[in-house]
Amino acid sequence: MKRPGDFRIVNHSVPRADGVAKVTGRAMYTSDIELDGMTWAKVLRSPFAHARIVSIDTAAARQSPGVLDVITGTDLASLRPYYGHAVKDHPILAIDKVRFIGEPVAAVVAEDDLSAEEALQLIEVEYEELPSVMEVDASLAPEAPLIHDEAYTEGAFRGFKDGRQASGNVCQYVKVKWGDAAAAFASAAHVVENEFHFPMAYAYAMEAYVAIADYSKKGLTVYSSAQHPFMVRHDLADIFDLPLNAVRMIIPYVGGGYGSKSYTKIEPIAAVCSWRTGRPVKLRLSIDEAFLTTRGDDARVRIRTACDAEGKFLARQATIHLNTGAYAENSPLVCAKAANRIIGPYLIPNVDIDCYAVYTNTVPASSYRGFGSTQVTFPAESQNEELADLIGVDPFEFRMRNLAQRGEVIYPGLRPIDADVPGDLRQIESKFEEWGAVQEGRGRAVGCSASDAGSHPVTSAMIHVYSDGSVSVLSGATEIGQGSHTVLAQIAAEEMGVPMSKVRVVGGDTAITPFERSTGASRTTTLMGRAVLEACREAIAQLMSFAAEALGVAQSALIEECGGVRHGDTQWSWGEVIEKHFKHKDTSIIGRAYLRQTGDLKLMPPFWEIGVVGTEISVDQETGKIRLERLMTVGDVGLAINPAAAEGQDLGAATMGIGVGLFEELIYDGQQLTNGSLLEYRVPRFSDLAPDIHMTLAQNQDGSGPYGAKGGGEGSLNPIPACLANALYRATGARVRRLPLTPERVWRALQERPKV
Amino acid sequence: MTVEFQLNGEPVSVAIEPRHTLAEVLTRKLRLTGTKVSCEAEVCGACTVLVDGLPVSSCTYLAYEARGKNVVTIEGLEDKNGNLHPLQQSFIDEFAFQCGFCTSGMILSAKALLDENPNPTDAEIIDHLDGNICRCTGYLPILKAVRTAATAMENYS
Repeated sequence: MKRPGDFRIVNHSVPRADGVAKVTGRAMYTSDIELDGMTWAKVLRSPFAHARIVSIDTAAARQSPGVLDVITGTDLASLRPYYGHAVKDHPILAIDKVRFIGEPVAAVVAEDDLSAEEALQLIEVEYEELPSVMEVDASLAPEAPLIHDEAYTEGAFRGFKDGRQASGNVCQYVKVKWGDAAAAFASAAHVVENEFHFPMAYAYAMEAYVAIADYSKKGLTVYSSAQHPFMVRHDLADIFDLPLNAVRMIIPYVGGGYGSKSYTKIEPIAAVCSWRTGRPVKLRLSIDEAFLTTRGDDARVRIRTACDAEGKFLARQATIHLNTGAYAENSPLVCAKAANRIIGPYLIPNVDIDCYAVYTNTVPASSYRGFGSTQVTFPAESQNEELADLIGVDPFEFRMRNLAQRGEVIYPGLRPIDADVPGDLRQIESKFEEWGAVQEGRGRAVGCSASDAGSHPVTSAMIHVYSDGSVSVLSGATEIGQGSHTVLAQIAAEEMGVPMSKVRVVGGDTAITPFERSTGASRTTTLMGRAVLEACREAIAQLMSFAAEALGVAQSALIEECGGVRHGDTQWSWGEVIEKHFKHKDTSIIGRAYLRQTGDLKLMPPFWEIGVVGTEISVDQETGKIRLERLMTVGDVGLAINPAAAEGQDLGAATMGIGVGLFEELIYDGQQLTNGSLLEYRVPRFSDLAPDIHMTLAQNQDGSGPYGAKGGGEGSLNPIPACLANALYRATGARVRRLPLTPERVWRALQERPKV
Repeated sequence: MTVEFQLNGEPVSVAIEPRHTLAEVLTRKLRLTGTKVSCEAEVCGACTVLVDGLPVSSCTYLAYEARGKNVVTIEGLEDKNGNLHPLQQSFIDEFAFQCGFCTSGMILSAKALLDENPNPTDAEIIDHLDGNICRCTGYLPILKAVRTAATAMENYS
């Protein structure tokens, strides 16, 4: 395998392929696109958390100037009006009842957006209010009203069963168990047991959800800000009973994803609007509406951890409750991942985890960067720190005693750890030593996480190699800002022996690119990157045989050189080989690769995403305000295809961890979301930037991706909230088990802390 | 009604309604889509354009208010030969964007700063850009890009 230093283009921070487009404003996002004859849709939303729809009178709205149609759930009877890749519980527009404040009840289509907006006010809906459940405990109570009272079909992609056998409002239940945790706790030297709360968070992708649908006899074309166009294609094909080749998803540039644009969101509403009116329809939500569309799962975690007198883990038991909101979306998978990821990169011989995703009458929760790990790494790493103190060893030493070495199995049946986590931790330790003694009023902490990442390894890629030496990569991975189009071009340029300027990545169109399951779980570099590499190798294998045929020699007599082939004094570029093969100009060949769960990808997950971070904070004792002073991340990415882009992912991820760790939280007052706007929902700003930041990359080429690469982009988020809470404890002696660490919460903890 | 103003150095005359925001007129009527609208509440800074050299949130600034003024959008930053402005180049060089949705506003905000203060300290850059949210990068690459551009512009002039 090529090593760092051997590469021409890979492992170099080459400028982003989308650079000029994005700094000049020429990059077109779905928000920017307008089609000929395009109309606009606006959505009427439920004012009740839980109510039966008695009647909807659309007559006045229909008469409003410019209005083409008003659509409600009852108009969708000839379609399959429920969707959901895990559980098909989600109606396109509310049918019979509403389940959260903000749920789409009706859509108006008009010639312009203002006419559509004005007509919304003319729709008369009569509701009969039902008792609502806003929190997990209320939802699980025996007398709780059922949020979903009809049977669903299973979604297509996950094989999840309807989870409601366990209790009426349980969407999904997952158990993870090995060893004998009860016995281990009974004989343990040290046990800690606590309850932790992780907040309801909003991803705030700066481009709100937007879709433009165009339904005609030829089929359905949808422009969308979706991360997973092929998953959305499935839902749309199912809703309208169309063949896959009649549904075309086009994904222009996307203004932020972070998981919040994974799977189907508003595309079905736009699609039914176009289906009814026969016109292209644009549905562009405001950010305030995006707050009412998807959020991250908040969590309550009751957790016990035991270790022996030497500080070796004996057991972990946890009961995790996720507040999943009104619809399943991707929370069944968040549930499964939270249960897995509470282990961390440690060897724990006895484990017993129960994880419940629970329906409530709140905004539906789904994927959000970190995906279950952030929720459970906070309790796990908080508790690990408490155990270290009980044993009386420093936090690094305690973790070192328990970390899995490369090749050790942390989770029976899953891939052994494919990283040098102790080595990553030592990098933080030496940085802490370099920083010297901690100043008064400050605290320092380290944190680790391990996520079974990559999702299901089904990926395909295609390349065209042209006779003029240029190369096109056809990839179904979505460029959401993570830099995938740059990284994939680097891999193709490296393999085909051409400069970056000769490579173009063609993506974002399901009619053109082969299938890619999804763009999430930090998978693109690992899986799509590997597919692109294999497609290049497959093209080169063809080119070698064409060259042998043209030269009339055995293939074994040829030497593959950078960008072409040599035989004695004869040297041909790949372009020349193609032209000689076809005896024609402007010709091209196709290389392709399919990945599936087989060979070295048989064992799940495709890779472990490791998070190892260190933080130093200062705490204002008067106000409780925390400031991040120093940050170090170790991006354990196997090999960074583009080091600057990889570090950019790490800092971006860590910054989201700072947000949810220090100030981000969606707050319900009764049935009403009280801070569903950017005026009241506080995300990290420029002035939150830590004065001292170090980012390093661990490049041990130990991943299943190209050249030993593996994914990044979430790892540096997952341990941050725990790290901040542990640093607060180090700084002040105050242990806070509820995020975010707002000044008020910290101030109260400072008042209540035990006097030393 | 019709409003007239200077847009990226050229006079424009455009029919508007009194309720139209400058962002609506720029992106929908004039189809200069480089201006991005996100929060619609003057919090995020994505829609920042320059009016008489000062940054404004075009999502809430009425187009009517721009009459007779000099408006600069991201489309107006390249020179006549199509060369990138030093800020545009430094944003590419420093990886100061990912999704790019905040970038137009971020660059224009930074331009307003550098036009007024060619050698800002880090604290001045951070203070000036505190009204521009970036959800992707964690801000450090943007800080570096503004520093780099400041140096480049100094050498250039």
